[in-house]
Amino acid sequence: MIADGVEDEEKWLSAGIAGLQQNAFYMHRALDSNNLKDALKYSAQMLSELRTSRLSPHKYYELYMRAFDELRKLEIFFKEETSRGCSIVELYELVQHAGNILPRLYLLCTVGSVYIKSKEAPAKDVLKDLVEMCRGIEHPLRGLFLRSYLSQVSRDKLPDIGSEYEGDADTVMDAVEFVLQNFTEMNKLWVRMQHQGPTREKDKREKERSELRELVGKNLHVLSQIEGVDLEMYKEIVLPRLLEQIINCKDELAQYYLMDCIIQVFPDEYHLQTLETLLNACPQLQSSVDVKTVLSRLMERLSNYAATGGEVLTEFFQVEAFAKLNNAIGKVIEAQDSLPIAGVVTLYASLLTFTLQVHPDRLDYVDQILGACVLKLSEREKLDDNKATKQIVALLSAPLDKYKDIDTALKLSNYPRVMEFLNDGTNKEMANVIIQNIMKNKTRISTAEKVDALFELIKGLIRDLDEVHNDELDEDFQEEQNSVARLIQMLHSDDPEEMLKIINTVRKHILTGGAKRLPYTVPPLIFDSLKLVRRLEGQDESASGDEASTTPKKIFQIVAQTIEALTSIPAPELALALYLQCAEAANDSDLEPVAYEFFTQAYILYEEEITDSKAQVTSIHLIIGTLQRMHVFGVENRDALTHKATGYSAKLLKKPDQCRAVYACSHMFWLDEHDSIRDGERVLLCLKRAIRIGNAVQQMSNATKGNSGSVVLFIEILNKYLYFYEKGVAQITVESIQGLIELIRSEMQGDGSSSDPAADAFLASTLRYIQFQKDKGGAVGEKYKLIIV
Amino acid sequence: MNFIIGAFKSACNISVTFSDGRSRKQVPLKKENGQTVMVPLFQSKENITGTISIEPVSGKKVEHNGIKIELLGQIEMYFDKGNFYDFTSLVRELDVPGEIYERKTFPFEFSTVEMPYETYNGVNVRLRYVLKVTISRGYAGSITEYQDFVVRNFSPLPPINNSIKMEVGIEDCLHIEFEYNKSKRRESTGSGANTHVETETLAKFELMDGAPVRGESIPIRLFLSPYEMTPTYRNINNKFSVKYYLNLVLVDEEDRRYFKQQEITIYRLVEAS
Repeated sequence: MIADGVEDEEKWLSAGIAGLQQNAFYMHRALDSNNLKDALKYSAQMLSELRTSRLSPHKYYELYMRAFDELRKLEIFFKEETSRGCSIVELYELVQHAGNILPRLYLLCTVGSVYIKSKEAPAKDVLKDLVEMCRGIEHPLRGLFLRSYLSQVSRDKLPDIGSEYEGDADTVMDAVEFVLQNFTEMNKLWVRMQHQGPTREKDKREKERSELRELVGKNLHVLSQIEGVDLEMYKEIVLPRLLEQIINCKDELAQYYLMDCIIQVFPDEYHLQTLETLLNACPQLQSSVDVKTVLSRLMERLSNYAATGGEVLTEFFQVEAFAKLNNAIGKVIEAQDSLPIAGVVTLYASLLTFTLQVHPDRLDYVDQILGACVLKLSEREKLDDNKATKQIVALLSAPLDKYKDIDTALKLSNYPRVMEFLNDGTNKEMANVIIQNIMKNKTRISTAEKVDALFELIKGLIRDLDEVHNDELDEDFQEEQNSVARLIQMLHSDDPEEMLKIINTVRKHILTGGAKRLPYTVPPLIFDSLKLVRRLEGQDESASGDEASTTPKKIFQIVAQTIEALTSIPAPELALALYLQCAEAANDSDLEPVAYEFFTQAYILYEEEITDSKAQVTSIHLIIGTLQRMHVFGVENRDALTHKATGYSAKLLKKPDQCRAVYACSHMFWLDEHDSIRDGERVLLCLKRAIRIGNAVQQMSNATKGNSGSVVLFIEILNKYLYFYEKGVAQITVESIQGLIELIRSEMQGDGSSSDPAADAFLASTLRYIQFQKDKGGAVGEKYKLIIV
Repeated sequence: MNFIIGAFKSACNISVTFSDGRSRKQVPLKKENGQTVMVPLFQSKENITGTISIEPVSGKKVEHNGIKIELLGQIEMYFDKGNFYDFTSLVRELDVPGEIYERKTFPFEFSTVEMPYETYNGVNVRLRYVLKVTISRGYAGSITEYQDFVVRNFSPLPPINNSIKMEVGIEDCLHIEFEYNKSKRRESTGSGANTHVETETLAKFELMDGAPVRGESIPIRLFLSPYEMTPTYRNINNKFSVKYYLNLVLVDEEDRRYFKQQEITIYRLVEAS
């Protein structure tokens, strides 16, 4: 059926076009031979095609455009006709002899255009006659197009100020009156269109009607182009008349479109000066009209206008734009019960944007808006409306974008209250926006109070907001937590005491985060704390006056407690690493007991919690590395710790791991920069033990696989020998090195040895190093010369 | 052959010349044979003066029993063709019986002639004014010559000229009111004779397209100039009348038609020039 309808319509359209073209052909002939009578006859016949009721607006438009083109030619002909001496007045009468009204009026408008140009009668009289006569077409579609034609041919002939058609008296009024009248009539026709035809096609009709809206809206554009419409006239005449028509037509589609048209078409300054009138119209519109979008658009325009800055802003103050808008929005929300919450928030978001633009200094306004928003939100359940949450994010982001400073947002008491109404997902999103904003603008948040507020704000990221524990260990989660970590790193106060407070505050917040978050949030906090410790190091002598408050010791206590939280997760490796970091910091602060305590904690973790052999290897190397750098310990403590470390090393599961850990232990006994830690014996002991383990590895390999394993371990040990030899450890002799090289070579040439290119290359480069050092000469060169390869 | 022609040919040429013929307005008049000729235009109570000139054909003498000129106002009904009813008849004797040898002219004059009716050419009736010149001869039969002229009378502005209202519609459903700002003009239909009513549609003129809403008022402007019209004639000499009507037709969506008729009076005003 529908397909048929469309096909039929195509057929009717092409029939219409054919009829039109045929008559246009005869009309052209008449024009060419200056035959006025025939020209009128055929043009009227041609225009009769527009009398059809069978076409949809879209198709009718196509037909109309063709007729329009032809009418241009006819108009030129009429003009020539008058220059040939034909009286325009007669012509004006002559075209009215046409029997059918539609062609008659098209012709009348066409001649009318020439009439005005001839200036034989005042433009206003002709226009008045035309716009009145057009009332004869009461069919909505045909009437709309006819009046659109009238508007088209007359727009350059209005008796506007400065126009050549301007009369002596106040003719701008006539121009305005003409356009207003045509607009009013067109709108009436347009609105009436919805009632034509069966109800079941109403949707389709409304769609078609929507396509025609520009015909009506064009009139407003014409109005805005009239020079003579100054603010005064706009305020006193144009706007009230427009609004009267818009309100009275009681049609949703028209009201929405035309309000928007007014907003878009007339200058910002006019809107500002007529704000009250415009806003008062809003509650009078049909309740189904999307007033919020209308208002949003208006505020958007005004915001942009305000952005031009300067004197413009004072105008805003003069008209009390904020109060008026705020009031209007309140009324609209009040009036429209059915307004979805998304709409409410959109309105407030627009108002907020406007306020930020116009009154950037009025934080109280901003807070007021947020407060109103909270009020509305609190009337309903938690938001799950996608649109609404999106709008809230926009609403909350606006102040951040404007002030580029979270400080300001933190001053807004209603800001966190709005966030309360977000669902978890959005809350997180918003928190992310806030963090991004801070990072982008490198905002410094330097008081504990603000930090507290901030963390309260972004609590969506800091802790689980509800009981639902879904597996969030996905990328998004990591990303979020990394953001939080970065945020923690950015907190800084120059005042150590304040900084300590900040650390305490952050700690308080992050400890609520649960097992999933702590591994992300604890490390940055620890490092923040250690940073503070190092800062104090430089000044603790000078600022010893108020020792009581902020001391490294105190910080270390906090840190220790914080790390403890990790053990409950459990995240022993991370905790161990952090303990070692702290120990090192304590070392730098010369706090031996503290450092020792940290080590103890690390060791306990190692013994009790770290069971995975790979993790053990990593941890033991960390321990060794850290311990090597520690210089704060007395002999006793140090012995205890190193003893334990070597013990752990020898107890690793895999032999090669044992071997490597043991030779690494050798470093713990020799520190270049500390005379107290130079124990050649123990170094040698470690290395020898490593060789022993290496041998064991070889034997095991022979036993299990039938070939000796790699000699890489031996080469590694050789390198350690060379290192200590170079450092001048007396216990490391040339002979022992020599012996080791021999051992390696024999192993490599041995029966069961498999060739290992990596080992070959390693050995070769080690030997090359020896050679290189020999060639270098000097003390080192002398030493190396003793080694014979 | 010449003889035969001569026998049927009138023995002389008669021509009528109006004394102000050069300056008098000429209007077209449709003759019985369909041809249109230009004839002078008079109005009631004017003097009709001129000269008759009689010229015998090629030297023949014309013997007569007297020459007269008549001014006739006639009504001819087409159902009774050839039978003229003279409502006006004036006679002037021009010459006593005698002979005419050569071209001879006679002045004539009808002063302040009452010509109450206008010349009219209708479907069933004709009203005409004619000057008839008769040269009476005995057995040979009279020689006559006709000269048509047209009479148009101007009427004063009718005293009542208020607006007229017409209403057409379907009860309780649709009413459309028509209002004309003057009652004595505009739109037109029909012309009739007293017994025979003949209606003729002069023009169809579409006033409105589409359905108006309540309270809408639609301007109407109809120019009468393209139509051949006469003033309204009421009971001309008890013979015929010509009346004009506005016939309003309302066509609804189902193509049903509703009618309303209103007579309008057409009158002729003195031309401004």
